[in-house]
Amino acid sequence: METPGFLPMARLQTLIDTLIDDGFRCVAPQVRDGAILYDTLDKVKQLPKGVTQEQSNGRYRLHQTDSTRNFAWANGPQAIKPLTFAPREELWYSEVKSDGSLKFYQAPTETEPVAILGVRACDLAALALQDQHFQHSFPDPYYDARRKRLLLIAVHCTHPAETCFCASTGDGPEARSGYDLSLYETDLGYFVTAGSLAGEMLLHRLPLEAGDAALFAAARGETGAAADAQQRQLPEGDLQAMLFGNLNHPQWQAVAERCLSCGNCTQVCPTCFCHSENSVPSISGQSTAHERQWDSCFSPGHSYIHGITLRKDTASRYRQWLTHKFGSWHEQYGRSGCVGCGRCISWCPVGIDPTEELAVICKDSAGDSA
Amino acid sequence: MINPYLPLEAEVIERVQETPSIVTLRLRLTDPDARHRFYCAPGQFNMLYLYGVGEVPISIKSGPQSFLDQTLLLDHTIRAVGRVTRALVKLEPGARLGVRGPYGRGWPLNLAQGKDVHIITGGLGCAPAVSVVHELMRQRSRFGRISVVQGVKHADDLIWRDQYEHWAKQPDTQVLLAADQANASWRWHTGMVTGLLDQLHLDTERSLAMLCGPEPMMRASAERLIELGLEPEQIWLSMERNMQCAIGHCGHCQFGAAFVCKDGPVFNYPAVRELLGTRGF
Repeated sequence: METPGFLPMARLQTLIDTLIDDGFRCVAPQVRDGAILYDTLDKVKQLPKGVTQEQSNGRYRLHQTDSTRNFAWANGPQAIKPLTFAPREELWYSEVKSDGSLKFYQAPTETEPVAILGVRACDLAALALQDQHFQHSFPDPYYDARRKRLLLIAVHCTHPAETCFCASTGDGPEARSGYDLSLYETDLGYFVTAGSLAGEMLLHRLPLEAGDAALFAAARGETGAAADAQQRQLPEGDLQAMLFGNLNHPQWQAVAERCLSCGNCTQVCPTCFCHSENSVPSISGQSTAHERQWDSCFSPGHSYIHGITLRKDTASRYRQWLTHKFGSWHEQYGRSGCVGCGRCISWCPVGIDPTEELAVICKDSAGDSA
Repeated sequence: MINPYLPLEAEVIERVQETPSIVTLRLRLTDPDARHRFYCAPGQFNMLYLYGVGEVPISIKSGPQSFLDQTLLLDHTIRAVGRVTRALVKLEPGARLGVRGPYGRGWPLNLAQGKDVHIITGGLGCAPAVSVVHELMRQRSRFGRISVVQGVKHADDLIWRDQYEHWAKQPDTQVLLAADQANASWRWHTGMVTGLLDQLHLDTERSLAMLCGPEPMMRASAERLIELGLEPEQIWLSMERNMQCAIGHCGHCQFGAAFVCKDGPVFNYPAVRELLGTRGF
């Protein structure tokens, strides 16, 4: 790869200013309540400079260091999913007229341009999966409008958490596609590459310097080392066949004895798409909003049908989550629904690790599926 | 972009109390243009929206012919079981509600051409099958023998008795009824619907079966039909799951890898055979 242009650390603000001048709301990682979240930002100093992370089963802690880097951490709990698939949003509303007739109106869709600085490779892979889900066959106007307004600036990951396994899913730590601009972070600044026409045009307006080839090789080497450092991985083989061939495995009961069925894993997962729809009447009774809200296959209502709940116990709910995420997704969207971000491990209150559960469940059938 | 979530307004034209807990609502879309555009295939469903309460998927009982005639009443037979349906069945003529649809893949009428068609239903599973029987009758010469088999828990649960008696008088048509618990006026089979399948005039070479009802009933019927000589591929069944969006987005209706709302609700038996009857799917 040719050495890309270099944006010195001191000039990162130029990138943010250019985005804001172009009419974008700039969204970037910031420390909020002890975690890294994506929020509106206009100054470089709002970035989590020198912040590093400690993540393990059921644990997430930030630490302040003297590092000059802004992206020396892996990920926070929320990913970028809320910016395309809103946690709660109005789809339409309806009014009842004096003659008893009903009128239905589409709720406005989001159109404000948003630039996200600091997107991770795992989250880009998750976004591509959500695009498949929401934009194909029946295009979703709300998702579509939010998606089309995005400009994505990736930062290749150099500091994977202990919980990360994106190398095993093939989605990181280096972002390969799906971004407009990408940054390789070093102590001194950023190597900048474009991944789209919009990114190319933006790149040419940045005060880039000629990049040092050795420094760039070292920067890329860091993403390679980030891959090598990852300890967790998915089992080899046809996971869909292995999971659906083990629906009565005793491990489902074993994991259910630890799982709280809280749904945290599904709420932090960047690919989970389940949502419920609810009618929210106004106090006057003259109008009612129809909203959708993230749902979870761990909730009792998820499998409700004409008076009964199909998945009454935690074992069947955990099995639904795992057989879907690592099994059915292959048939639905041509690949696993897991991008290896490891959030479900860190944010599980009891520290359940799906890669460990998969290893146990698939162990007995490994090799059968070749 | 067309908004697949936005309902159309409809008016209740007629309300038929079928049993104490089952009501048929006959609806008309209030917008004439929407009425002209509406078309559905037997086996598809609509989402019915009750103002301020919510939406539920309900199969469309009317056949396609009624839309071509522009009489355009959308018949939905509803059993009061949940929060929305308990309120829906109380609607009186003149009431307004929201309708969006039709959704899903219906019965494989093209594959059924030239074949004997066996329609086996249980309980309110008869509703999604009525439209297909009407369609078979309307294009009678394109199909072979027709059998309609319906089972109910209690004899009092049988709805559309006159309809079954009418079909029974049609040429090359066999109607078989079963009730687990008979009453004094029950003159058909007492027992499970599967107990009737031996009586089918089953030409295994040229038959197609369409099943709709509770899953244990469909599974037992499908397996019995296979014992009687049908190939699994000759059997189709209509599935039901929690549905909130009806377009494969909300995730509730997933049955293994299938989204019941858009990949179904009608499935070829081999596609669902393995998971059917597995608790929790």
